[in-house]
Amino acid sequence: MTEQVPTVETASATDSALSLLEEKFKNAVRRDDREGYDGLIVDPAKLVEVAAAVRDELGYDYLASAQAVDYLGAGDHLEMVYNLYRTTGGPGLALRAQTPRDTATLPSLVSVWPGADFQEREAWDLMGIRFEGHPNLQRILMWEGFHGHPLRKDWKEAYYEQDQKPFDSRWPDGNVWRSEEHNAYGKNVVYPEGFTLDGYEPVAEDAFYDEANLGVDIRPSDLDTDRIVVSLGPQHPSTHGVFRMIVTLNGETIERLQPVMGYLHRNHDKIGERNTFLQNMPFTDRLDYFCSLSNNFGYAVAVEKLMALGKRWEPPTYRAEVIRVLMAELTRILNHLVAIGFMLNDMGAYFTPLMYAIVERELILDFFEAVTGSRMMCNYFRFGGVAMDLPAQMHSTANLLNERVREFDTMQYLRELINERLPRAIDQTDDLLTTNEILTNRSIGVGVLTREQAIAHSAAGPVLRASGVPYDVRRADPYSIYPDLEFDVAVRDHGDIYDRYLVRVDEMRESVRILKQVLRLLGETEGQPFFSGRGGIYSPRVPAGEAYGRVENPKGELGFFVVSDGGQNPWRYHVRAPSFINLTALETMCKGHKVADVVTILGSIDIVLGELDR
Amino acid sequence: MYGSGILRGLGVTLKHFVNTYLDDIRWGFRRHIPDEAFPIRQGLDTRGVFTVEYPDEKLAMWERFRFIPFLVIENHDHPERPGHDWCTSCGICAKVCPPQCIWIVRGNDPETGRPVPEPQAFYIDIDICMNCGLCAEFCPFDAIKMDHDYELASYDRTSAHIFDKQRLSKEFRYWQSIAPTRAEEEAEARGGWEHKDVLKQKAKEAKAKEN
Repeated sequence: MTEQVPTVETASATDSALSLLEEKFKNAVRRDDREGYDGLIVDPAKLVEVAAAVRDELGYDYLASAQAVDYLGAGDHLEMVYNLYRTTGGPGLALRAQTPRDTATLPSLVSVWPGADFQEREAWDLMGIRFEGHPNLQRILMWEGFHGHPLRKDWKEAYYEQDQKPFDSRWPDGNVWRSEEHNAYGKNVVYPEGFTLDGYEPVAEDAFYDEANLGVDIRPSDLDTDRIVVSLGPQHPSTHGVFRMIVTLNGETIERLQPVMGYLHRNHDKIGERNTFLQNMPFTDRLDYFCSLSNNFGYAVAVEKLMALGKRWEPPTYRAEVIRVLMAELTRILNHLVAIGFMLNDMGAYFTPLMYAIVERELILDFFEAVTGSRMMCNYFRFGGVAMDLPAQMHSTANLLNERVREFDTMQYLRELINERLPRAIDQTDDLLTTNEILTNRSIGVGVLTREQAIAHSAAGPVLRASGVPYDVRRADPYSIYPDLEFDVAVRDHGDIYDRYLVRVDEMRESVRILKQVLRLLGETEGQPFFSGRGGIYSPRVPAGEAYGRVENPKGELGFFVVSDGGQNPWRYHVRAPSFINLTALETMCKGHKVADVVTILGSIDIVLGELDR
Repeated sequence: MYGSGILRGLGVTLKHFVNTYLDDIRWGFRRHIPDEAFPIRQGLDTRGVFTVEYPDEKLAMWERFRFIPFLVIENHDHPERPGHDWCTSCGICAKVCPPQCIWIVRGNDPETGRPVPEPQAFYIDIDICMNCGLCAEFCPFDAIKMDHDYELASYDRTSAHIFDKQRLSKEFRYWQSIAPTRAEEEAEARGGWEHKDVLKQKAKEAKAKEN
């Protein structure tokens, strides 16, 4: 059963860290004693030293997530929160550094954790904290011509209507209006001072062109080669969406690579702050749209952590947790099948592996649709359980012309799917690809990320585990009913593309193993409640405090950082997107390889742009 | 042996290739598959072709499938309240809606000016709607439901995509036809096939009679 005791554990982790650090740094470190908060507040002047000590002496070597919070009206400072974990497992430690809103400067921690790179850039871009010592502090999601820092509490978007939903204009005098007709470009669109669109050239590329010395022979060797700058993407099938890499090539060899992202940015975090807690649930579906159900899981875990601080809180029922794990593991299989398919697509196998994967995915999606009502945008989890129980029958009725009807018994369908169909599909993938010489030639030894690099760059999921780090949130920092279930953490040692592929295959087999146990549990819990709270509450009370909830998403650790001020809406809502942070190590993986390998390496990381750009 | 892995992989593709023809032979080379073949082809035993030739043939939607919401009204042949709204304009759907695509004008009695339990106007901007189904989930009167009709393409989004009350309203029997199991479950929870308020009224009258 799920015992909600992590608060006790983290408190002790914080205590032991505090006693060690106090000895060394005296007054630079103090405990965060706000109610609902945990962790240590560090004096910004000593932040880098404290961080290094936390990493080297206390063993918190993995920076899971770093995000900024704007406490406007509640202290009027910006706060940077670093969620740290040990790669050997166990509860985490939160480090915080505060800075006044107007000056907003903090030392950069990229020297301690290279994985802070993109996350600090994001905090600069969206929250306006300047990080001193950051190697490349530029906007990352917004463009250079953007004015202001959108996640600050006093910033308002172009179609701004009201600070928080529900909007007053909708009821009881809800005369419809279309916001786009009211302000097509909006009064709120402002450019920075002195900025003109005429002759605008993206700053990000200048450095590349300066360095390239176009047209000059650089390195006399057997074959004289030129350096050229190539823009891979944003409109390119290999980038899985609108994503771009600027690469400097020496001949055909990669010398430098910079990912450019944000084309699909919609400021998910800001939308999340306008929404009520429940309203965020369907929005999480749209992050990593392959894995909407495990996104739901992450958000539910985070908010439930906060709700557990309150008095009247019932943890999710056992059946609810069983259904949640069923959904999460089916999602994992679905995602890995498709990820392998797309990777092979990038490698030049065209659509064959992908299409075989899609057949199985379709069968899983049929089940999702029959249970949750939607194939991909499932919106199925609620705080304290799930929205509906599994139906006894998967039943359809024809209503449009030419419709074809199907009817299955739900448990029968699941049994066949889990015991026969999926294992067969995984074996088929294995037969088709694992020993294939074209695949092994293209992938063994390519895109290597060593164990140390993987940890330092905060890589997560299959990318981390393929580098020999057996770190899986389901085991390292367990949630839901995973402690009761029997499964192994898939891990491989070489850190190359082939090992990432093998880790995915292994993980699918482990998922099938979990699902077989879940089938038994589903039978045992038949008829038990699937929701712990009282139904019909659309605005649940979430006590003030802060929580970082993390789950092992198929693509890596998905974290939701939620701050509540006790009101209806989250004060801060941040997504730790595995696709985004895994890209921090992309340059390291690609250096020295050929252009064609970049495409495959990107495919092996398995990114989804909906989550990457948020 | 070098190349054996490739051959093994080709074996898998060959199997799929053959299966496709076996499937065709089994169902007699017809362009659109016969009805009895459909649940097999679109189920867990599928081996060969897996495609559905939309729009010549379509998959019927599962009962829980959710698309743009509609408003439940009484059947037009209802003896007492034909075409009457189930909606009481309480506004919960508008409050819970994540993208805020629901606009409701609460009904007022023209004489007294007091709110009456029916909406004067009800709009849903289907361009904004994200089909999450929260409105239907939290409606205390079972008056707003998610539809199955996904064929909503139109030539002009600026005028055709704001659905008003008339466009949104569908008879109760339509809900029964698209989701029979759920309609029955809900009726059981309400205590009858009628609207919650009608049931309450009836219970009151029955009680008054007893006394």
